Amino acid sequence: MSGRTVAIFGATSAIAEQVARRFAVRGSRFFLVARDPTRLERIAADLAIRGAASVHTHSADFDEPAALEPMLEAMERAVGLPEIVLVAFGTLGDQAAIARDVEAVRRSLTTNFSSPACLLSALAEKMERAGRGLVAVITSVAGERGRASNYVYGSAKAGLSTFLEGLRQRLAPSGVQVLDIRPGPVDTPMTREIGRGGPLLASPERVAGDIERAIDRRRALLYTPWFWRWIMLVIRAIPEPIFRRLRL
Amino acid sequence: MVSGFPESEAHLSWGRVHRARHRIARPSSPEAAEVALARRGELSVLPFGRGRSYGDSCLNPGGLLIETRGLDRLLAFDAARGILRAEAGVSLADLLDTLVGRPAPGGGVWCLPVSPGTRFVTLGGAIANDVHGKNHGIAGSFGRHVRAFTLLRSDRGRLECTAERNAELFRATIGGLGLTGLILEVTLELQRVDGLLLEVEDVRFDDLEGFYRLARESAGWTYTVAWVDCLARGRSLGRGIFSRARHLPSGIGTVERPRPPRFSVPFTPPVTPLGRTTLTAFNALILGRLGPAGRRVRTLPWHRFLYPLDSIGAWNRLYGPRGFWQYQCVVPPGEAPRAVARLLETIAHSGQGSFLAVLKTMGPLPSPGLLSFPMEGTTLALDFPNRGSATLELLARLDRIVLEAGGRLYPAKDGRMPVDVFRAGYPNWQRFADHVDPAFSSAFWRRVGNVDERTPAMRGAR
Repeated sequence: MSGRTVAIFGATSAIAEQVARRFAVRGSRFFLVARDPTRLERIAADLAIRGAASVHTHSADFDEPAALEPMLEAMERAVGLPEIVLVAFGTLGDQAAIARDVEAVRRSLTTNFSSPACLLSALAEKMERAGRGLVAVITSVAGERGRASNYVYGSAKAGLSTFLEGLRQRLAPSGVQVLDIRPGPVDTPMTREIGRGGPLLASPERVAGDIERAIDRRRALLYTPWFWRWIMLVIRAIPEPIFRRLRL
Repeated sequence: MVSGFPESEAHLSWGRVHRARHRIARPSSPEAAEVALARRGELSVLPFGRGRSYGDSCLNPGGLLIETRGLDRLLAFDAARGILRAEAGVSLADLLDTLVGRPAPGGGVWCLPVSPGTRFVTLGGAIANDVHGKNHGIAGSFGRHVRAFTLLRSDRGRLECTAERNAELFRATIGGLGLTGLILEVTLELQRVDGLLLEVEDVRFDDLEGFYRLARESAGWTYTVAWVDCLARGRSLGRGIFSRARHLPSGIGTVERPRPPRFSVPFTPPVTPLGRTTLTAFNALILGRLGPAGRRVRTLPWHRFLYPLDSIGAWNRLYGPRGFWQYQCVVPPGEAPRAVARLLETIAHSGQGSFLAVLKTMGPLPSPGLLSFPMEGTTLALDFPNRGSATLELLARLDRIVLEAGGRLYPAKDGRMPVDVFRAGYPNWQRFADHVDPAFSSAFWRRVGNVDERTPAMRGAR
């Protein structure tokens, strides 16, 4: 398969890096954004050796509103308007600590909802005008039911999924696809920090393979691994009086 | 939680006999690895790659394992000279997918210089065990192709090591079982080969004499290895099949890329299907495959010849819930024919046949590491289903034969060798001990090197 132009926001995330490797092998051109310039440089070197036609990097803080405009200018200088946009930044955080700290709630909602929503709004403008492309955004199955263990994160992701649904409807006439990626728990530094585990933990490699396929097929919604579609179907169907008593 | 590191489920090594709980760190950058090491507190530390060591050399019960799978970036590749700089958690499988097979200037393609029997190991692990392959005669051990690495020490920070700079630490780390510090980055010299297709010839031999004759006649072959029928006794003792292979020029045919295992053993069967009956049938089948001529020639992709077991995922589960013991020794050339015969006799008499018995000659090229396993001679590798004390007693008898022949055992495959066997096989062990990082340890090292009371000993082999 041929190379594409790919912009990744949150390029040091474990899932994003594995997706990038898959597109690098195909000879793609990259624009990568993340906070940590040292890690970005390493990832850029890696992608170039794996076959990327070019890799441009830009370090920025997504929660800094003033960083948005320069970020998008840098993108257009580097690769023009990308065919594929992947938005992958987010923080899971420790819910127990977040729930008791209003500032932490604000930060979590900013990073997981407001910042990606603002970035996507700015990008949508450009892509709508160009009339092509695909926007893929990593949300979460945690957005489908509010649970005591992660409802701040979950509600931000739920908001983002609703945002994407609307954006997809808006962009449909212009031929731009919007892909909502809902992974189950993935074995990454993000989940590792809070000591989560279990048999349902998927590897970033596997999730990345699913994402590549969903992008190539221009799908609108992806559950990864596939069984989460059915698990969530059941969980969504649990009546509220019962759900309240569950410890999921 | 001590030091804030999550605790793992019981970690298993490849033989599935040893298991232990650990604290786990999985850094995704060298800086994160430094942070993890700095936050270790009272925990002793051991790097952990893909867990393909069979025994207890990759385990550190009660301590901290720094998993390197998140350190897997390729950093620089000089396509003209075949020199790669990469993070230490990069696996050989990854290199097979990315760099192996790329055209080298002046003809041919780039290939791994040395590879063990599985591609699912990391660069750091290949150095820490100074692994060898079927081309030992011409290439020597893996460490010979390592130009440099960056080592992270708890007491000295980051150190660049080469044969000239920090030379003693360089030699201690090659084959050093992860005890001298955490390898962060590696500079490896790839090997130019004609192509990735191999001409493979399998030849039957009727006894050990036949094996050594074929080994002498195979000087023009890059890769050699033999499979031995461990059940054969008397005049058939040491019969088997000798396989030899060499690279065909590229362009002769298309080479399929290695694929992930199509079949994976999904769970551990309650009773191992690898018993004596299946073994007898298996051996008869294998020997019969070559037909009356006892010889066959094939063309195989490089990876299919080198990694026959990689096509079955988690094959180690086939040995059942009790796991299995690996035993690999090397004995020097003069003593080898007699010692190998005695080893095979002892195994045949014990009735504990080994499913996989591999015989190989190792060439005279010296290994660079203070604790490197490869040395000139004959190496015999076997695995035995774990039958408790019966198996351990058999292995103890084999130890004596190896020791008398002046040989040594492979730590990567070991979970039980007594202290005297280790020290006799590795006369440099004390020199090595001087370079062990004060914060690092493993179950293996506590068993054979220095005894460290800070962390609990391995909860016994079951």
